[in-house]
Amino acid sequence: MRDFAEIWSYLAETPLIWLSATLIAYLAGDYLAQRAGRAPLVNPVLVAVILLAGLLWATGTSYATYFEGAQFVHFLLGPATVALAVPLWLNWPTVRRAALPIVAALLAGSGMAVLSALAIGHAMGLSPELLATLAPKGTTAPVALGISQNLGGSPTLTAVLVILTGMIGAIVITPMMNMMGIRDWRARGFAVGVAAHGIGTARAFQVNPQAGAFAGIGMGLNAMLTALLAPWALGLFQ
Amino acid sequence: MIHALALILLCQLAGEALSRLFGLPAPGPVLGMGLLFLLMLTVPRLGDFMRPTGEGILRHLSLLFVPAGVGVVGHLRQLGENGLALGVALVASTVLAIAAGVLTFVFVARLTGAKGGEDA
Repeated sequence: MRDFAEIWSYLAETPLIWLSATLIAYLAGDYLAQRAGRAPLVNPVLVAVILLAGLLWATGTSYATYFEGAQFVHFLLGPATVALAVPLWLNWPTVRRAALPIVAALLAGSGMAVLSALAIGHAMGLSPELLATLAPKGTTAPVALGISQNLGGSPTLTAVLVILTGMIGAIVITPMMNMMGIRDWRARGFAVGVAAHGIGTARAFQVNPQAGAFAGIGMGLNAMLTALLAPWALGLFQ
Repeated sequence: MIHALALILLCQLAGEALSRLFGLPAPGPVLGMGLLFLLMLTVPRLGDFMRPTGEGILRHLSLLFVPAGVGVVGHLRQLGENGLALGVALVASTVLAIAAGVLTFVFVARLTGAKGGEDA
């Protein structure tokens, strides 16, 4: 039998091991979330990221090596965004009737996300580069990276802030809505889709299918609006 | 299923091409979503055909964010130095954005009588 170190050094070079690790970490996160009765704080993405970050640290693996395997999962973000057309189509009659609330809530939610993040960051002394990195954090990952790059921010740090924002939104949405006494699933879903993109949308789908569909619409519309809004808002704080 | 998947990828490809060609602010996948939606709206049979694959992909949407999330390992120092400011900005702005969005939605829906979501 060959020694373990030799097998490890071979496996560590192939995409297979980190692709498998990503799926297993997510399944573990999803299992824990299920066991916790879908408690908001036990977010599957949060659990998976902690497990994988620990594993990378313990094995001394670089993020670049990890990403060679994980990129196959990452790539599916694009097709999944396109697939949001399906719930939109299924809920089209409801969506069309809510056109005015949708446009108004989009402007309010998207504007508030960008302006309040920049105002707080500016007041707390973040550098101009970090403000540019922070500005697009409420929008879906592929869009946010492009915006951050155009504004002179750090795209990889933006990706992390985007994921953190999504997890914060997914964690706070249900308790917050119950506390505010909001029972309109359209409003709940749409607001979390605008503020917390795909991770908020995934959470909304877990809670209610109509909320999920409206979250998907909020996320898609916000991707377009943030691309217009972020450069203008950043100008106000520089 | 492969047909549906091919159509999804084609829509993304077309969206990507349109976005670059005209220098649009919207990214390829978002335009692709719009294209696929218009196709399904024009040909309702296509909608029923796309449904199982689309819903299958979306069932585990959260999984797709894991690789980008693990990117946190490369930014621990930067996050540590500016952790408080970034943390406060992220939490406060997300809560404020959700509140602004949901209150505006409910207010305008009541104003225009756009009912349909209560306790659904």
